[in-house]
Amino acid sequence: MIRLKNSSSNSKKKQLDIHAPKHFSLILVIGLILLLVTVFASLVLGARVVSFQELMDGLFYQNQDSYGANVVQKRISRTVFSLCCGVALGIAGVLMQSVTRNPLADPSILGVNTGASLFVIIGITFFHINTAGQYIWLALIGAAITAVFVFGIGSMGRGGATPIKLVLAGAATSAALSSLVTAIMIPSTYAMDQFRFWQVGSVGSGSWDSIAIFIPFLVTGVIIALVSAPALNALALGDDVATGLGVRPGMLRFFAICAGVVLCGVTTALAGPIGFIGLLATHAMRLVIGPDLRFLIPMSALAGAIILTFSDVVGRLIGSPGELEVGIITAFIGAPILILLAKRSKVRSL
Amino acid sequence: MSNTHVFRVDNLVSGYENKTIIHGIDLEIPRNKISVIIGANGCGKSTLLKTMAKLIKPTEGDVTLNGKAINKYPPKQLARILGLLPQSPVVPEGITVADLVGRGRFPHQSLFSGWSKKDYEAVEEAMEFMNIKEFADLDIDELSGGQRQRVWIAMALAQQTDILFLDEPTTFLDITYQVEILDLLTNLNRKFGTTIVMVLHDINLSARYADHIFAVKSGKLVAEGKPTDVLTADLVKTVFDLNCVVIPDPISDTPLIIPKGRYHVKDESATL
Repeated sequence: MIRLKNSSSNSKKKQLDIHAPKHFSLILVIGLILLLVTVFASLVLGARVVSFQELMDGLFYQNQDSYGANVVQKRISRTVFSLCCGVALGIAGVLMQSVTRNPLADPSILGVNTGASLFVIIGITFFHINTAGQYIWLALIGAAITAVFVFGIGSMGRGGATPIKLVLAGAATSAALSSLVTAIMIPSTYAMDQFRFWQVGSVGSGSWDSIAIFIPFLVTGVIIALVSAPALNALALGDDVATGLGVRPGMLRFFAICAGVVLCGVTTALAGPIGFIGLLATHAMRLVIGPDLRFLIPMSALAGAIILTFSDVVGRLIGSPGELEVGIITAFIGAPILILLAKRSKVRSL
Repeated sequence: MSNTHVFRVDNLVSGYENKTIIHGIDLEIPRNKISVIIGANGCGKSTLLKTMAKLIKPTEGDVTLNGKAINKYPPKQLARILGLLPQSPVVPEGITVADLVGRGRFPHQSLFSGWSKKDYEAVEEAMEFMNIKEFADLDIDELSGGQRQRVWIAMALAQQTDILFLDEPTTFLDITYQVEILDLLTNLNRKFGTTIVMVLHDINLSARYADHIFAVKSGKLVAEGKPTDVLTADLVKTVFDLNCVVIPDPISDTPLIIPKGRYHVKDESATL
């Protein structure tokens, strides 16, 4: 965001300077502190609260026999994994909202989650697939095919892929695919059992292996998102203005949706469908820093990571000695906060 | 200052899916001049402008800039020469004036360059030009319709193009703001030699502010030239199907169209 800055008294002219949104550095610092606190909580809290000594042992790989150190190490991978998921979902949300110019768009709106789910359930039922490494490709293919399909339907008719047509196509496709998921799952008890665990999002399974699978996709998605931020800023002014500014709206939508699909498809494959993060992180950030995507995209990533990790900690505390899956917690934390935000000040639409 | 860009439309046929709206138009935009496209509702004047601005792909014929089809240009390169303010741009909620104007700099920035000194200067100049510097930090929502339109034009100005297309830039504005906007666009044309093409509804303001008029009827160009030469009662009858008297505008001496309806005619024998 650019703001007028009163320059020093010796220059007569007011100078324009590129500025982060109002109070941006303050918000960033608060965000980073929250992130640190959340990470710390995620390492320390849970069914077993570890001591400071155990935390240090775990962090620096000393005293390997200590049970506490082992707990901490397990939690390190889990925390890193949930941060990755949060970043991916936060950015996927902001991308989908920008592309559809719909403030309520979420990866689920475009049917992408459901498409990923359908392919995973097909894999489980007919091919007895049950490892994360296999889920991921199925989920990605499912997410991609669904996105292409929705995009194809949404592009038909006058004016190409308009936001409203994309949303309608996504909602219709999503409904159709959901019923397919149910139809395939119901006759098969095996699939139902397998699918039940996966169907509620959880970061508990986050291991270094899944993080290693995750990272390349995450990095690709994040880079595409950051690089397309200025063009998405132009797209926010309408397709006509964007075209006038030298953006190819169709191409930009395609790339941004691809990035969104990859980010949310991979997250869905590894952690199961986790709702609300994309919606919540982006909305909260838009309220405090405004609509400039060059800032909104990274801040939504940060917010997504904090919210998801925090939700996971809450799930572990509430569900102790077991745990409550994070997918349930995000819905519980997400809904009231969203309502609160919406009531306190008008939720910014695009 | 002046520019030498040659913008031509040859044998243009264009429209939507199954409906052809422009049926063969040839024209060349006069350089460094203000041109106004006039015509009745649905005659295709907006479609013509949109096709010229690459928003609609021509079915047949060519739209060329300096002899090269506009869709052959890299989009950003074209956007540094040709700017566009469409009819209904979207205002992202919560956007500040300076942010919106700054987005006009997009075609001048490369993938990794970020904001250069030239970008700041262009934004500042554009805001100064449109008298909106005092609003820089305000939300667009806080502005009046006339102020908003000035912000949008400032965005197009920040783009610093030699040619600027505007689709009905004065629609929905009070008469005061209409005149203000047209004055500002004239300033722009006089100061920088910017070639301006716009669609306007008000035929009298068109007559006053245009250097060149393109009159469109049913997707065809029926007349073009200086307002004084082309705006006759006959032309108005052809293009708008309206009986009128044309008198010299007491302020500008350009043609002033006085419409004749069925009522309120003081001396029927004199007018019909």
